Amino acid sequence: MTRSAIELPVTADDRRIAWLAALAIGLTLAEAAIPSPVPGVKPGLANIVILLVLLQVGWRAAAWVSALRVLAGGLLLGSLFAPGFWLSAAGALVSLSVLALARHLPGRYFGPVSLSVLAAFGHIGGQLALAGWWLLPSAALVKLMPVFAAAALIFGAVNGVIVARLLAAPAPDKRQSTPCILP
Amino acid sequence: MMMLRAGDVGVLLAGAGLVAALTVFAWGGGRGDTAVIRASGQVVQTTALTHTQSFTVDGPLGTTRIEIEPGRARIARDPSPRQLCVKQGWLTQSGQAALCLPNQVSLEIRGRTSAYDTLGY
Repeated sequence: MTRSAIELPVTADDRRIAWLAALAIGLTLAEAAIPSPVPGVKPGLANIVILLVLLQVGWRAAAWVSALRVLAGGLLLGSLFAPGFWLSAAGALVSLSVLALARHLPGRYFGPVSLSVLAAFGHIGGQLALAGWWLLPSAALVKLMPVFAAAALIFGAVNGVIVARLLAAPAPDKRQSTPCILP
Repeated sequence: MMMLRAGDVGVLLAGAGLVAALTVFAWGGGRGDTAVIRASGQVVQTTALTHTQSFTVDGPLGTTRIEIEPGRARIARDPSPRQLCVKQGWLTQSGQAALCLPNQVSLEIRGRTSAYDTLGY
């Protein structure tokens, strides 16, 4: 048996981020199979994972999970570096920036629903900004803005309620706090 | 733990307001506020779509009657044989026009934003 020449130290944090990113990637793949009347209108289920990570671990971990999700999601869906990938990346970037600011809102008044709705608007805002600037610099996009914004509001609120419920539910096991055991 | 906190309701309301504003901005800009009536290509009347009124315009075939109501206008009666402009019904959007060609009368709606720079008949 040969020893590998390079050994990367893997911390418990790395494993946790990988595990959560896998969860987000799974949700991304699952919702890619959902048909949508307008391209771009998606439930954004992976944002549930991102929000949970943000609230329970921190912003850095959420950014990692989000970046890994966009990258691996692009790989698995075959859209890596295609326009859809860049739209997704722009949405994730703006969404994370919004969350970086919004998480400092007083938690007494602003719960997961606020964060989720703001993140959803950030997501769609980033995508529309890039699409309008790069892909479709025409007025046609303006007509679709209300549709995207309404979808962001509805799905953001629904995802936020899901996050709130998940946070409120008693953890069945301590999986969030211990590193998962890899075979 | 409460699902919705005070700020959440505010964020949701602000979001709904943003959606409504975007809807008006993207889809509602086309509503007309002025009616332009022409006979034989000459403007005979320009009026705001603010209150109910009616006009009669004489053309080669006879008299065309135009009705204006708040936010909309139509050609109510026309001597044209096929009644195309009458069948168009109420016009509300900027850029819409009803043409009574045999009688050479036209009704055009204008707004703050017009979809076309000019229309030639």
